[in-house]
Amino acid sequence: MSLRPLLLRLLGVIPTLLITWTVVFGAMRLVPGDPVLLMLQGTPVSDAALAAARAKLGVDRPFLVQYVSFIAHAAEGDFGDSFRNGQPVTQLIADEFPFTLQLALGGLAIGLVLGLILGLIAGVWPDGWIDTLCMTSALAGLSLPSFWIGMLLIQVFATELGWLPVLGTGIQALILPSLSLGLFVAGGMARLIRNSIIDVMGQDFIRTARAKGLSSFVVVTKHALRNAMIPPLTLLGIQFALLIGGAVVTETVFARPGIGRLLVQAVLEKDFPVVQGVVALTTAAFVLVNVAIDIAYGLIDPRVQA
Amino acid sequence: MSTLRRLAASPGAVAGMVVLALILAMAAIAPLVAPYDWNATSQCRRLAPMSQAHWFGCDLFGRDILSRILVGARYSLGMGIATVAISLVFGAALGVAIAYGGGRIDRVGARVIDALLCFPPIILAILIVAVLGVGLWNAALAVGISGIPRFARITRGATLSLAARDFVEAARAIGGSGTRVVFRHLLPNLAPILIVLTTLDLGGAVLFTATLSFLGLGAQPPTPEWGAMLNAGREYVRYAPWTMVFPGAALFLTVMAVNLVGDRLSAVLDPRQRRR
Repeated sequence: MSLRPLLLRLLGVIPTLLITWTVVFGAMRLVPGDPVLLMLQGTPVSDAALAAARAKLGVDRPFLVQYVSFIAHAAEGDFGDSFRNGQPVTQLIADEFPFTLQLALGGLAIGLVLGLILGLIAGVWPDGWIDTLCMTSALAGLSLPSFWIGMLLIQVFATELGWLPVLGTGIQALILPSLSLGLFVAGGMARLIRNSIIDVMGQDFIRTARAKGLSSFVVVTKHALRNAMIPPLTLLGIQFALLIGGAVVTETVFARPGIGRLLVQAVLEKDFPVVQGVVALTTAAFVLVNVAIDIAYGLIDPRVQA
Repeated sequence: MSTLRRLAASPGAVAGMVVLALILAMAAIAPLVAPYDWNATSQCRRLAPMSQAHWFGCDLFGRDILSRILVGARYSLGMGIATVAISLVFGAALGVAIAYGGGRIDRVGARVIDALLCFPPIILAILIVAVLGVGLWNAALAVGISGIPRFARITRGATLSLAARDFVEAARAIGGSGTRVVFRHLLPNLAPILIVLTTLDLGGAVLFTATLSFLGLGAQPPTPEWGAMLNAGREYVRYAPWTMVFPGAALFLTVMAVNLVGDRLSAVLDPRQRRR
């Protein structure tokens, strides 16, 4: 891949980020009430102290100046300080991010494995009862409220059987949350992989592989699967959005630290700099993950120009 | 008619339609069939387990869970339907408007829609709740608004391909006004796509609004919305798992039924997906 399209693709990120950050900035300015009073959370202060706090937050400046300053600071990764504890928002997010990443990766791994099994079985034997069974299970995965399945998993495996811990941040405590997140991902993956397998199984190189006398097992695992995995893998970007969304809920159910719980808490406590920072950064991460996948796809499959 | 017949040929879709019809009927006549007042509290029935008098047991305040689930169907389904209606009406209008506007309007509009699609939907909905404040209808509005870019993008694409077809050119050539072309020629042809999209989105919308209520950002106590019921039962689920099992099962059944119908409907109406 030459350098020019790569650079253009990266430059294309800038207007997208600018639009999303403008939306975040605009949304936060639509919140009713004075941000300074929200920051002080009911503490009585003198007018002079109020004016000083306004100046410190910069909300006494004209709207356009505030906007430019927000975008300029955001580009440097500075989203201000939390109203709650005065810590820099970026620092708060950086502290919570590893936990969310662990959960997202755990959910993705379980989702991929389960989705692959269901999708492969359904795709190799399409249009029969096996296919119906697998695809209905996949649809069930997509229909399961992840917070409900999380509570059921806690009840059965932690409370009743006592097999797995729920609290803590070790690998064992990651299993149940990952499972509750992964079931949803598996539903979508299974459907994608099934359709992809059916497409690949109808192609000439599969017929050739069969004609060579290879066993069905080898044809499916060595020839079909490898090719069928490319389209679902390119959709990992969309899965990222699902994982982040799912993490918000899963972290709350399992009382795990993470960005999702930080965001929900911030909304409930009206800690707007944190809301602003989390939304702006997750959106930026989503945009960058998608660009990275596009570029990687271009490298793997030369027919695609990134 | 053939669409309905083809739907009826799929056992999954039939099962989905039957369950959905039952839930809708239940929601409609809930106050008549609910065995107890959904909000009647009782100290002596606190966390009472399942029994003949209370099939699904009682919650922390001694309220009958079955009665609350029956009445809650109105909130959970109502919110889901309101949500999809918001996404559909505004998303379709925006999609048609920018595609039909063409030129710079279309280029800028498409760019903004693409950027808005970069918000993970739940994050966008939470951002909107942060602005509007928590509450049942604010959550529905937030989920509805967060669905607008998705509807707008698909409607825009479909409108662009329709606008290039001969019958639209002909309607314009004989002097049809913009409004007439949109309402008489474009919208009827967009209907199948919009119906599929709406049905496919409804299950997710019900789930999504329940999720916001579960997080404490949507319906507030004592509203018997299913997500809010699960949130309220969270603390003492160890001692009274029935407070969590039944509202969740009701939510799952509803979403599964809608998804089964939506899945088959999209296969029937979209020839490219016939094989699914």
